Amino acid sequence: MKLIYELSVSGRSGVRIPVSDVPKAAPLPQSLRRAEPAALPEVAELDLVRHFTGLSRRNYSVDTNFYPLGSCTMKYNAKVMENAGSLFADSHPVLALLPGGPEKVQGPLSLIHGLEQQLAEITGMDEVTTQPLAGAHGEMTGIMVIAAYHKARGQNRRYVIVPDSSHGTNPASAAMAGYEIVTIPTAPYGDMDLDAFRAAMNDQVAAVMMTCPNTLGIFNPHIAEICEIAHQAGALVYYDGANLNAILGKVRPGDVGFDVIHVNLHKTFGTPHGGGGPGSGPVGVKSHLIPYLPTPRVVKGADGTFGVEAHPEGIGRVSDFFGNFAIMARAFAYITMLGREGLIEVSEQAVLNANYMMARLKEEYELPFDITCMHECVFSASRQLKDGVHAIDIAKYLIDRGFHPPTVYFPLNVKEAIMIEPTETESKQTMDSFIAVMLEAAEVARTRPEELHDAPVTTPVGRLDETRAARALQVCCEL
Amino acid sequence: MGYCPNTPDEIREMLAVIGVGSVEELFSAIPDKLRAKSFDLPAGLSEFELMRIMKEKAAASGQEITNFIGGGLYDHIVPAVVDHLSGRAEFYTAYTPYQPECAQGTLQALYEYQSSICRLTGMEVSNASLYDGGTALAEAALMALRITGRNSIVVDASVNPFHREVVQGYLHSLSAHSEVIAPDGCEPAMDRLMAAITDETAAVIVQNPNFFGSVTDFTELAKKAHQHGALLVVGSYPVALGLIKTPGEMGADIVVGDGQSLGNPLSFGGPYFGFITTTKQYIRNIPGRIIGETVDKLGRRGYVLTLQAREQHIKRHKATSNICSNQSLCALRGLIFMSALGKEGLSELAALNYDKSEYAKSVFSGIKGVTVANRGATFNEFTLTLARPAAEVVEKLLTQGIAAGLPLAPYYEGRDKELVVTVTEKRTKAEIERLAGLLEGAL
Amino acid sequence: MAKYYTKEHEWVELDGATGTVGISEHAAHELGDITFVELPKIGKAVKQFDTLAGIESVKAASDIYAPVSGKVVAVNDALDAAPELVNESAEEKGWVCRLEGVDAGELAALMDAAAYQQFLKGLE
Repeated sequence: MKLIYELSVSGRSGVRIPVSDVPKAAPLPQSLRRAEPAALPEVAELDLVRHFTGLSRRNYSVDTNFYPLGSCTMKYNAKVMENAGSLFADSHPVLALLPGGPEKVQGPLSLIHGLEQQLAEITGMDEVTTQPLAGAHGEMTGIMVIAAYHKARGQNRRYVIVPDSSHGTNPASAAMAGYEIVTIPTAPYGDMDLDAFRAAMNDQVAAVMMTCPNTLGIFNPHIAEICEIAHQAGALVYYDGANLNAILGKVRPGDVGFDVIHVNLHKTFGTPHGGGGPGSGPVGVKSHLIPYLPTPRVVKGADGTFGVEAHPEGIGRVSDFFGNFAIMARAFAYITMLGREGLIEVSEQAVLNANYMMARLKEEYELPFDITCMHECVFSASRQLKDGVHAIDIAKYLIDRGFHPPTVYFPLNVKEAIMIEPTETESKQTMDSFIAVMLEAAEVARTRPEELHDAPVTTPVGRLDETRAARALQVCCEL
Repeated sequence: MGYCPNTPDEIREMLAVIGVGSVEELFSAIPDKLRAKSFDLPAGLSEFELMRIMKEKAAASGQEITNFIGGGLYDHIVPAVVDHLSGRAEFYTAYTPYQPECAQGTLQALYEYQSSICRLTGMEVSNASLYDGGTALAEAALMALRITGRNSIVVDASVNPFHREVVQGYLHSLSAHSEVIAPDGCEPAMDRLMAAITDETAAVIVQNPNFFGSVTDFTELAKKAHQHGALLVVGSYPVALGLIKTPGEMGADIVVGDGQSLGNPLSFGGPYFGFITTTKQYIRNIPGRIIGETVDKLGRRGYVLTLQAREQHIKRHKATSNICSNQSLCALRGLIFMSALGKEGLSELAALNYDKSEYAKSVFSGIKGVTVANRGATFNEFTLTLARPAAEVVEKLLTQGIAAGLPLAPYYEGRDKELVVTVTEKRTKAEIERLAGLLEGAL
Repeated sequence: MAKYYTKEHEWVELDGATGTVGISEHAAHELGDITFVELPKIGKAVKQFDTLAGIESVKAASDIYAPVSGKVVAVNDALDAAPELVNESAEEKGWVCRLEGVDAGELAALMDAAAYQQFLKGLE
């Protein structure tokens, strides 16, 4: 498809600007003005509509294709949540900061407070902040809270421990919060090596970051022990909520012994992924960490009204206002609408679907850890590799057959990983069609492997030359 | 009901395939002592009941109030086409474009976004978005530390205080030093900024227009920074860039800002998007995802995530940033907005903001007890000095359905009679005159 | 002159007290198409096995460690425009930098070509 710039015709425009009802002002001095108008596209509204509609049709999405992308929880995003999220379009957050302002915005403040309470109950934490704007931002916020806690106790700890199977954001977030990283390998039983962990633990460790179930989709039976070992050394334990969908109503990280958690509203709580964002990464903490939460806090007064308070001991401000509010509104709507039973059904059906997928595929695909999984299962294309077929080849074949591929090459500790997360919103029929194509791919790998190397052939472009992209670095349409 | 489609019969069939007797058995690896001690949430609701609650909350969200407030977020028009096109589910229910062949829609759109935001800011390269204005500024500061290998930042205090607080938190975590330079009234104290730059300075951070609304040319500051091997980071307001000199024209090294004004509704604080642009030489130091152009085997043009080796999923703790999810859909809205307005449209919109604001300034400065505090030019915001504490006036006017502006006192000590007033294209002459009348009555 | 190798797949070739450093052909092959070499700054002083430089392919990023201690006196600027030189000629045209003030005694901690080949066999 052409770029929007290639549709541009000088003098064309797509929008009528409001007519001025005030006199033309004396111009801004020349030295303060831009020399030329920004060379933006000049297109009519219909050009625009056809262009972006055309682009949209070049995407696979949850609404158009099964999207079993492991670790990403690509569940269906109910349409009513979109309606709920768009109700606050003209509400200015600065109103809440004006004298007398909070009483004008009781609706959004009550929603923030309500969501914080819902998330605290779901995760077993004592208080929640909704300020972080994405999962990784939540991780950094959580680790900053931990740093502030240690600092307040006169301790200057240097290390954060992460398992090698963690999401890359864990070590990256801890590094941004000023820590050095200690990586613990995975044991043959599929989880963090407990002995190596014990050996790494000392009074210089500030925190341990755990994903549970881990990125192999396995619930770590030693998780309480890990919390205990860390606490004995004075370290805190961080729960990466990326995989919370598996345990809703079953396990609460706060009950297990975790001190801090972030949740991804765009994974577990039904808000759409937007092609890469916006997300939202609220952080929950146990009572001993409440003083260090970011400022400001939404508080409920004795009279039942809501206000905004500075949080002077806290880590400061991590985002400009109250977080990605319209995303939070969708999550609040999701939790409120599903209710207690609905959320329990989510985890049960997510786990059922993943285990069904695992049971049906393990005859043909290598399963490095053959135990009951939680919300996702991780295969390896190692058998197919013998015929020269890689995980990526299977992924591209799936595209030709109308499915978005699973996550491939993650987690890093499984060779040729294929990570499948069906989510609870998919039916047995959908999964059966996907399974049939996966089995077919294994058959093609055995008999006609070269066909897989050419996939995909049904898409607007075939496999793209990523080396060329990284060497030539054409990242902007030149003037 | 969690949108779970499987029927009891199907669930039984699936359990049989797995070889377990019940769904609960699948959770048997979790020891009893780790099971949830509570899950005390109310029963679920229907769509209708839910929307009744949501509408009640929306009815109490101040949307009826006439806004003369900014603070970095602006009440601008959003053409209908922005909602309709960004609302296509193929965009909003897709994930990060890791499989480029089935994500060319998102990828090409983000490439077009990068191109547009570069043209707007007068810079050469952009990423595919960051979270918001404050975190983008913080990322710019960290980027400057990486590029220069230095540990100290000079910040103009007339940069948005919310953004400065975010920067402060990020810098504090890394034990980096920042020196905040007090403004000269409503203008940046150029001599003090110049004097603060040393050979240890990684970057000097300014904003244009600044928090008080003043518009400044930072060309000389850029030169001074470069003489010392430091970078100039400029916080920008995209709609203003339809009119004012671009950071690129001034010699800036990194440009950031909040993209809210480009087609994203206020929505009580988000989601919006942060943008960051820089020059080609610093492309590898930019945080977050970048889209690049390439070809397939048949020579067909296509787009991919590029320079991924800088990012957290590959480089882990050595990555340029921890960012993973960004604000892609909001950046798409920004692109559609910029494309809808186009070259002339954005200039016209900016000019209209300027004209309305100049008109408001002229009306307000005729009121006894009100003076315009900015000495030089402004865009669509300006600072008024009132004869009474600004907080009192704002509180009083708010009861009459008008948010008169943002009092400076909570953010700038001793400036309790000053008020920043924002006048966008959406404010009518009648609304401006109504505010003037109410101001006069309140003093 | 002979090359000596590290377990992290760097090589060094000494000429008096000056050592030329690069990554081994094996490492270049494993990384795949190299897209970028982050060259060290001239004047940088490194200790043996410290991080010296960086190297990236499309899907991987690795550190290049100093096989010996020394001070960077030259870098292979050609890699800026043509990082693929490392793929084409890792142990000649794809050299990364030159270190000065090298103590030949440090070579004792490295492998000669034959030992390195043995080491690679052990990795398979």
